[in-house]
Amino acid sequence: MQINWLEFTPGPALLGGVILGLAAALYVHLHGRILGISGIISGLFTPKSGDVLWRLSVILGLLSAPLWAAVLFEMHPIQVIDASWAAIVVAGLLIGFGAVYGSGCTSGHGICGLSSLSPRSMVATLSFMLAGFITVFVIRHMIGA
Amino acid sequence: MRKHFTLISQYLIGVFFGFGLIISGMTNPQKILNFLDLAGSWDPSLLFVMGGAVLVGLAGFYLLTKRSQAFFGGALHVPTRRDISKPLVIGSIIFGVGWGIAGFCPGPAIVSIGSGQAKAVVFVIAMLAGMWICEHFFSAHKQSA
Repeated sequence: MQINWLEFTPGPALLGGVILGLAAALYVHLHGRILGISGIISGLFTPKSGDVLWRLSVILGLLSAPLWAAVLFEMHPIQVIDASWAAIVVAGLLIGFGAVYGSGCTSGHGICGLSSLSPRSMVATLSFMLAGFITVFVIRHMIGA
Repeated sequence: MRKHFTLISQYLIGVFFGFGLIISGMTNPQKILNFLDLAGSWDPSLLFVMGGAVLVGLAGFYLLTKRSQAFFGGALHVPTRRDISKPLVIGSIIFGVGWGIAGFCPGPAIVSIGSGQAKAVVFVIAMLAGMWICEHFFSAHKQSA
């Protein structure tokens, strides 16, 4: 293992992380729910009365975050997407299926679940991190893509 | 009136969470993949994102034990399941594979639509399809995050 000092950004990472934790904590105190993005989205597939607008509000907030970041802070994040279009489709299908089947994603399990010391979320987080490590190893070092 | 405040609050927390994702670097798939690439030149930034988020989250969820209902009213919908089920592990592994292929997870993908990334649009459409497949054909295992 060799650390990539050029790409390593501990300051912004920590600040961003604190904001994510604050948002998740605020959310559960104000609205009584876990700020799990996949769960908020997938709940739209089984719509119940009074259960749709709040989900759309959160999603709209996420969608408009880059606009606000640009307007308020002149922040234009770097985004490099190396995956091919085909890989993007496969990855999207797996992420969507896995998040519903596994009851959560990086926000629900990785932030909220770990913060509430949920044993299920600890197992889920370890599982998807491990699967991610192995997948990148296979793609970058075995297939060599 | 309270209903409107609730929706505005949900929207603002969505924006705030989006800021966290942008500042931390989570919206840059290349950064995610460099974190998952233990055998290559490793970028440990994501550990700081998670560390910051969970540190604040731990305090937030600890304070939640002193709360009987949400600030905006209504019960607290916090997951109480503690069993480590097969779908939890299998779903999370599938999620992790998808994460390792593209470097996107649900929250950052939605934010990236807002920053105009065409690949994020395709990713989210595929993700919705994956969620739909799971909701419709594997709904016996379904529960909220």
